Amino acid sequence: MLTVLALTSVVLLGVVPEQSQAITIYTGWERHALVGSDIRLSCSFFSWRWISEDVTFSWTYRPDGSRDTISIFHYTGGEAYVDNKGPFRDRLEFVGNPNRRDGSILIKNLDFSDNGTFTCDAKNPPDIVGRPSSVRLLVFEKLPIQAGVITGAIIGVVLGLLVLIVVIYYLMRFLVARRVFSLNVSKHGKKKKEGSQQRQGPAPPADPAKVKAAASEKKKQESRKDKK
Amino acid sequence: MLLLLLGIILLHVAALVLLFVSTIVSVWTSGDSNTSDLWRNCTLYAVGHSCNPASTGEWIQAVQALMILSIIFSCLSLFLFFCQLFTLQKGGRFFLTGAFQILASLFVMSGAIIYTVLSPEWVPEKNTFGYSYILAWVACPLALISGLIYVILRKRE
Repeated sequence: MLTVLALTSVVLLGVVPEQSQAITIYTGWERHALVGSDIRLSCSFFSWRWISEDVTFSWTYRPDGSRDTISIFHYTGGEAYVDNKGPFRDRLEFVGNPNRRDGSILIKNLDFSDNGTFTCDAKNPPDIVGRPSSVRLLVFEKLPIQAGVITGAIIGVVLGLLVLIVVIYYLMRFLVARRVFSLNVSKHGKKKKEGSQQRQGPAPPADPAKVKAAASEKKKQESRKDKK
Repeated sequence: MLLLLLGIILLHVAALVLLFVSTIVSVWTSGDSNTSDLWRNCTLYAVGHSCNPASTGEWIQAVQALMILSIIFSCLSLFLFFCQLFTLQKGGRFFLTGAFQILASLFVMSGAIIYTVLSPEWVPEKNTFGYSYILAWVACPLALISGLIYVILRKRE
């Protein structure tokens, strides 16, 4: 029984790559970079087959607003051929590892004219059917802050302060109650009542916490006293 | 007594509704065919609207945060009012409720001031302030008055 199962699984594994499983190529969706900096455009693929010696990577570039696509990089037969005539002359470098399915390139010293779409196409013979993947490069003078970062930070800080003040207030009340209790235990009789009244009086000003905490505590203490 | 209570709650809810509308509807500036801020800029073409997310500058995000905080504090104040209505002793004052409402109005005011001061930077000259901006400025004194009423109000019965 087991041998039959093993045999069928081996046969299936042998059969599956015979059918045309497409090669899937992964790059980023969008990349942001500063003028003058370097950027690494990553490209990797997934293929059902082992990496063959004839694996090829090719990168093409289409500037923003243009319809022409030019080839800027090609890796074939174990050799990397970089752009030596086009806009990326002397700025392009191959930093990938074909054996690890990595066909990334490094572009140095970016400029505003490098804004555009970079397309990576990888082929792993006999697995050649696949859709090339594109990554869009945006070059900024200074990196814009992501939407919502500062918003979230301000809201978080204010709400955190609110929670902190509430916690400190209840902690103070709890500690004062405990101090009163320990006074009751140590001194007996009438002295404990005088001690507790004196304690509740100077407690807020003696509070070493922030001034804001003391002010709002006073408000809350007054409302508590009004309650009683 | 009941009338007074209803009036106070109505005032509070009116300020809250104004805050909500001012924050959610994105019409802080408006021009001939475009509106912008707080969350997105929309342009009206012959075929329809085309909206992009608003600029992500630090100050726009600060105004967004202040408006959201004012809404949160106003809601908390309403909730605290109902809590204190049932737990406060006779003769007590609604300090906490008033404090939160006054804080909410301060947040709206600072948000509107920041927007006023910095809007020439990110809005072209021929645009005017939209109705969301005006609602924010109306909500500020409403919330302030509401908060002050809470502070001087004393609980009866």
